[in-house]
Amino acid sequence: MSKRWTPILIPVLAVILGLLVGAVIIAISGYNPIVGYAQLWEGIFGDSYVIGESIRQITPYVLAGLAVAFAFKTGLFNIGVEGQLIVGWFAAVYVGISFDLPAYIHLPLAILAAGLAGAFWAFIPGILKAKLGVNEVVVTIMLNYTALHVTNALIRSIAKGDTTEQIAQTASLRIPFFEEITQYSRLHGGIFIAILTVIIIWFILEKTTLGFELKAAGFSQDASKYAGMNVPRNIVISMVISGFIAGLAGAMEGLGTFEYVSTKTAMTGIGFDGIAVAVLGGNNPIGVVFGAILFGALKYGSLNMPNPPAQIPEEMISVIIAVIIFFVASGYLFQWLYEKFSKKKGVK
Amino acid sequence: MDYVIEMLNITKVFGNFVANDNITLQLKKGEIHALLGENGAGKSTLMNVLFGLYQPDGGEIRVKGKSVKITDPNVANDLGIGMVHQHFMLVDTFTVTENIILGKEPKYGAGTIDIKSAAEEITRLSELYGLEVDPYAVVADISVGMQQRVEILKTLYRGADILIFDEPTASLTPQEIMELIDIMKKLISEGKSIILITHKLKEIMEVADRVTVIRRGKAIKTLNVAETNPTELASLMVGRDVVFKTEKKPANPKEEVLKVENLVVKDYRGVDKVKNLNLSVRRGEILGIAGVDGNGQTELIEAITGLRRVESGNITLVGKDITNLKPRKITETGLGHIPQDRHRHGLVLNFSVGENFVLQSYYHEPFSKIGVLQNREIYNYANKLIEEYDVRTQSAYEPARALSGGNQQKVIIGREIDRDPDLLIAAQPTRGLDVGAIEFIHKRLIEQRDNGKAVLLISFELDEVMNVSDRIAVIFDGQILDIVNPKETNEQELGLLMAGHKVDRDNHQQMLDQAVKKEGEE
Amino acid sequence: MSLTDTIAFIFYNAIFYAAPLIFTGLGAVFTERSGVTNIGLEGVMQIGAFTGIISNLFLHDIFGGATVFVSIMIAMIVGSLFSSLLAISSVTFRSDQIIAGTALNMLAAGATIFLVKKLFEGKGQTPMVKDAITRFDIPVLENIPVIGKIFFQNVYLTSYLAILAAIVGWVILFKTPFGLRLRSVGEHPTAADTMGIKVNRMRYIGVMISGALGGIGGAIYAQSITLDYSHATISGQGFMAIAAMIFGKWNPLGMMGAAIFFGFAQSLSTIGPSIPFIKDIPTVYLYILPYVLTILAVAGFIGKSVAPKALNTPYIKGSR
Repeated sequence: MSKRWTPILIPVLAVILGLLVGAVIIAISGYNPIVGYAQLWEGIFGDSYVIGESIRQITPYVLAGLAVAFAFKTGLFNIGVEGQLIVGWFAAVYVGISFDLPAYIHLPLAILAAGLAGAFWAFIPGILKAKLGVNEVVVTIMLNYTALHVTNALIRSIAKGDTTEQIAQTASLRIPFFEEITQYSRLHGGIFIAILTVIIIWFILEKTTLGFELKAAGFSQDASKYAGMNVPRNIVISMVISGFIAGLAGAMEGLGTFEYVSTKTAMTGIGFDGIAVAVLGGNNPIGVVFGAILFGALKYGSLNMPNPPAQIPEEMISVIIAVIIFFVASGYLFQWLYEKFSKKKGVK
Repeated sequence: MDYVIEMLNITKVFGNFVANDNITLQLKKGEIHALLGENGAGKSTLMNVLFGLYQPDGGEIRVKGKSVKITDPNVANDLGIGMVHQHFMLVDTFTVTENIILGKEPKYGAGTIDIKSAAEEITRLSELYGLEVDPYAVVADISVGMQQRVEILKTLYRGADILIFDEPTASLTPQEIMELIDIMKKLISEGKSIILITHKLKEIMEVADRVTVIRRGKAIKTLNVAETNPTELASLMVGRDVVFKTEKKPANPKEEVLKVENLVVKDYRGVDKVKNLNLSVRRGEILGIAGVDGNGQTELIEAITGLRRVESGNITLVGKDITNLKPRKITETGLGHIPQDRHRHGLVLNFSVGENFVLQSYYHEPFSKIGVLQNREIYNYANKLIEEYDVRTQSAYEPARALSGGNQQKVIIGREIDRDPDLLIAAQPTRGLDVGAIEFIHKRLIEQRDNGKAVLLISFELDEVMNVSDRIAVIFDGQILDIVNPKETNEQELGLLMAGHKVDRDNHQQMLDQAVKKEGEE
Repeated sequence: MSLTDTIAFIFYNAIFYAAPLIFTGLGAVFTERSGVTNIGLEGVMQIGAFTGIISNLFLHDIFGGATVFVSIMIAMIVGSLFSSLLAISSVTFRSDQIIAGTALNMLAAGATIFLVKKLFEGKGQTPMVKDAITRFDIPVLENIPVIGKIFFQNVYLTSYLAILAAIVGWVILFKTPFGLRLRSVGEHPTAADTMGIKVNRMRYIGVMISGALGGIGGAIYAQSITLDYSHATISGQGFMAIAAMIFGKWNPLGMMGAAIFFGFAQSLSTIGPSIPFIKDIPTVYLYILPYVLTILAVAGFIGKSVAPKALNTPYIKGSR
C-alpha cells in the first residue's frame, strides 16, 4: 500500500465497506437495501428542493467538522463542538431578535456573536489545558451538557416559553433567489460562509507562521517549547479559533435553517457528527469538505428512506456513519489485512 | 560442556531489516557472559527473543540441553530465565511488593492477595542476596539503585537461575556500579548464571568471564575475557580500529560568554534541584559537565535556556542578563541548544527535514514575510544544510521521523550551529549513536570551539567528557563540586567527585581510602 | 413533613437516581483502569436501556415478577457485547479510543431507535413497561428507629445492589490478583507484558466489564425512571457516570460518593419544589452542578485527580 495514497484510500474503502455493511443490516432487518439506497439517492438528488436541503444540511457539517479538524491539527481533541455550537446558535438568535439594525450590520453582528460565544465556550477548556494541563476531552464533554442546560434556561427566560420568536429579517442568512430556485427549500447563504472559512483555515494552517506553530505543537508540544514557541498561548488560540468556527455552525442553524432557537432535551448531534466529518476528512480542511458533503447528504437523504416502498427508519444512516467511522479510525485494520494478504501471496 | 542456555543460529527479521542474522550464543553454568555491541547491533532483540517477547524467524533455543519454544515471558519464567530491563519495568504507583508479585500473586483462600506473606518472602530473598529494599515503599519514591534491586528481585522471586542484565549500569553512580558488581558476583556464587548486555568495555573486563561481540546483527566472535583487551574488543565491536582519543589543538580561551551565579532551580515537584550553583564558560573552550543523571543537569540546562523558572540567582549571556527571559529571547541573544532527548525535544518528527531546519527561525525573513511562510526559501536553505552537514535523506521533504538517529542529530546540530550562537549547549549529544556519528559530532563541537565560540557539554559518559572537554566541572546534588583539568585527572577521581566526595589533591590516597571505607559503612 | 421524613425523602431519591450512575461509573472505573477510555458509555447505557425495556415488554408473560431482573441480566450481556466493538477497534486495531467511543455513541443512538421503529410500526417510542423496579422495605433493618426509616424503608433494591457492587468492585480492583493486573496494564503495559500478563486480553476484559455494567445502568435507569425507551431516555447519564468516575478519582468508592452526590443533585431538580430552601434555587444550577463540579475537580481545584498513565494509548509490542 503506497503511503501517499493511504489518506484517501482508507476513507474511500471505509465508505464502501460502511455502505455494504449497512446494506447487509438493512437486508437482515427485512428491508430491501437496493430500494432503500435508491430512495436515499432520491432524497439527496431527486429534485431541486432536496438538493437545496442537502446543501443546507451540509453547511453546518462543514463548519463543525472544520472546528474539530482544526483543533486536532494542534493536538487538541475538541469534543465540545456540540456545546460551542449550541451557545453560538443561541447568541446568534439573541442578537437576531434583540436589535433593530440595517442588514449589513445586523447579519455580520449576529454571525460574529455566534462565533464569539463559541470561542468563549472553547476558551474555558483552552485556558485550563494551557495553564493547568487539564485534559480538554473531559472538560469539553462536561461543557456540552452545561451549554445545553444553560441555553435552555436562557431561552425560557427570554422567550417565556420553549421557543423564541423569529429573528429579524435583517439578521437572516436566507437568500430569496436560493429559495426560488430550490422550490422554497431552507437553503441559505451560509454555505458561502462555510466555504470561505475553509479557505481561511486552510491558508492559516498551511501558509502562515501561526499555522506552523500550531501544527508543531500538535505533533510535539515538547519540541515546540524547546524551539521557543509559546505552547500555552497556541493551545488557547487553537481552541478559541476552533470554538469560533463551531459557533459559526450554530449561526447557520440560528440565522439560516431555523431562524429561531428552542429548548432541547438532547444534543443536536451536529457537533458529534462533526467529529465523524473530521475523521473521514483526515483532519484536513479540504478533506473536511468532502466528509461534510458525504455525511450531510446522507443525513438529509435518509429522511426519504422511511417513505414507501422502502420504509426503512432513517436512523439506519447513523448506524452506517458509525460503521464508516469505525473503519476509518481502525486504519491499522487495513494495514493488517494488507500484510496478511501480501504474506499469503508471498508464500505462493 | 555444560551449557544452561544455547541460542543456535537465531535469526530475527523486522520488515526488511535483519536485526539478528544467524547468531549463536552459549551460556555456561555459573559464568557471567557479556554480550557486547553498539547501539542497534541487535543485542536487545536477541535477548527479547530469549525472554519470549519476540519470536525468532529461524534458529533454535536450548535450555539446559532441551530444545524449547519460548512463546511468551511466562514460558521464559518457567524455564528459570529472568530479565533485568534497562528501562526499569516498574509500575510507579505500585509498592515494591506489588511490583515484584505482579502476575504471580500469593492468595488467601477467598481469592484476595496475601500481601503479608509476599512481603516476607521478599525480605527473605533480599537478605539472602544482599539486595536491600523496603517492601512497602511506593516505587515512585525510591532511588534508582533500589529500583534496580527491585528489578533483580522480580526475577529471583520467580525462581530464575539465569539472569539477563540489559545495560544495567546506564543510570547508576560509580559506587552503585560497584555494588551491582558485588551483587552479580554474589548471584554467581549462589549458583546463578548471568548474561550481561553492555557496550561498556571496562565493565566487561572487570566482571565477565566470556564475551560475545555482535555487530550489525551478526555474532562476530566469542572470546575469553582473560585473553583479550579493550582495544581488541572495541575494534571487533565497531569493525575497524578505534581511536580512543579525539584529536584536538590546545584550547585558547578568551572572555567569558556564560556566567551563572548562585543559581537555584526547582524541579517539577517543587524540590530544589540546582542549589546555589556557580559556573562560567569562555570563548574558545569546551566546558564539560560530568555527573550522574539526576544531579541537576537537566534543570541547569532548562534554566539557562529559559525553559524552567529560575528561583534565584543570575544568568548572564554575552554580558546580558537573561535570567527568566522567554526561551526565544535567550536563543536570539546567542544560544544554541542540542537537547538531551532529540526525539522529544529536538525535532518535530512529523515535520519535514526542511521544516525542522527552520524550527528556530521560521518567523524571520527570508523564511517568512508578514506571517506568511516562504517555502522556496525554506527548502533552498534546507538543501544547503543537508549538503553541509552530510545529512543522509531522500529529500528535504522527507519527514524527520524517517531518518536514522545519527542523521536526525545532524539536522539538529546543523540548525543550531548555522545560527552561529556564541554559546552552544550540547546535552548528551552522542547518546545512542554509532561510532561514526559520534566522531562527526565531536569534531563539530571542537570546530565550534576553534571558531572562538563557547561550548557547554553535558554528558553522563565519562569517556566523552574526558576526551572532548578543556575543563571538566563535576556536578553533584545541584552544585559544581569541583572543576578539574582532563589532562590531570582520572576516572577514579571523577567517579568519587561524581559521588559527592571532594578530593584534596595533596592527600589524595588517604581521602580515597576514607571514602571507600565510608561507603562500606553506609 | 418532619425532618426525618424530609431526610428519608431526599436520601432515597438521591440513591434512586444514583443507582444507574454507580453501575455505569463502576464500569468506567474498570475500563479506564485498564487503559481504555470508554466515552461510548453513553451509548452503552442507551443499548442497556433499550434492551431492558424491550426484554421487559416481550418477556413479561414468561417471567412475571422476575421480568425486571431478567431484563437487567439481558441488558448486561448485550451491553458487554456492544462494548466489545470498542475493544476490537481500539485495542486490536489501535483506533483512537475517543473516536471509537464517539462512533459507539452514534451507533447506539441510531441502532436503538431504528429497532424501536422496526418493532413498533414506525413509532419512535416504545410502550410503557408493566413491570418497573419497585420499592420495598428491607426486613429487620427497617425496624431500627430513625435510621430504619431513613435508610431501609420503602427503598429500591437496585440502589443497594449498586452500593454493594461498588464495594465489591473496590475489593476486586485493589485486593485481588485480577485487580492488580488490570491496573498494571493501565499504568505500564510493557512492564505488565514482561511479567507475562496478556495486556490486550486484560483490556478486552476491562472494556467488556464496562459494557456489562453500563448495560445494567441503562436498564435500571429505563426501568425505574422513564419506563419506556425513546431517543431522549438516556441524555447525558453516561457522560455523567464518567464524570462521577473522574470526580471519584478512578476509585470505585470515590466514584460511588460522587454518583450519589450527582444523583442527589439530579433528584433535587425533580423533588426540589416540595422541599423548602431548595425550591428557590433555579433548576438550571442543579442540572449543571455535576458537570461544573467535575470541571473543577479535573482542574485540580478539588483535590488532584490523576488518570491511569497509559490511558488512550494502544499497546504495541516492542515499543517502549
